Amino acid sequence: MSMWIVAALMIVGAFFIFIASLGLVRMPDLFLRMSATSKAATLGAGLMLTATIIYFQDFAITIRVLSIITFITLTIPVAAHMIARAAYFDGVPLWEKTEIDELRGHYYLPTHELESEPDSPIGHDQVQREEADDFI
Amino acid sequence: MTDIFWGSVLSLLSLSLILAFVRLVRGPSLPDRVLALDIAITMAMGIIAVYAVQNNQPVFLDVALILALLSFLGTVAFAYYIERRV
Repeated sequence: MSMWIVAALMIVGAFFIFIASLGLVRMPDLFLRMSATSKAATLGAGLMLTATIIYFQDFAITIRVLSIITFITLTIPVAAHMIARAAYFDGVPLWEKTEIDELRGHYYLPTHELESEPDSPIGHDQVQREEADDFI
Repeated sequence: MTDIFWGSVLSLLSLSLILAFVRLVRGPSLPDRVLALDIAITMAMGIIAVYAVQNNQPVFLDVALILALLSFLGTVAFAYYIERRV
């Protein structure tokens, strides 16, 4: 019985990892690639590690694998966010069909801080005209 | 039967690794390549889980733990480098 659960979790996890790699190749933009891969790969690796928990059924191994799963669910989104932030500073182009870029004109370049003043109009054209060289 | 099953799981994971390396070679910018390496390490953790179950060796799971730690450190270091480079 538990062999079937292990097999099902393994094949579903491998399938989700395959979907993540498809998104990594087919998506048109770094940020879309990142949103496709980080979620699906986390789910796939978590399912495959859960299969090892059910297969071994040992307390020490369960604790070890649960710590791995907790660690990857905590770190993969943080790592993806750090890469996306660095890529936005680096000027990686968005997809040409992107409708709206709400971050535009809000990063103050000398200190790499996110500025959002609610009293000033958000329209990035104005910010661009005033301090075009300081904001990215 | 079990050989066919493990073969299909490992072939799915290997195909995913090949696609990740396609993005690693083609990637137009440096963050694409960093992302491809990060995802490749996650796929390697899946392969390690398959080998641990297939060979009945739970020792391999320690490798997965160390890989998770190292991939996070490497990604953060790369992101820091990319951000300071601007």
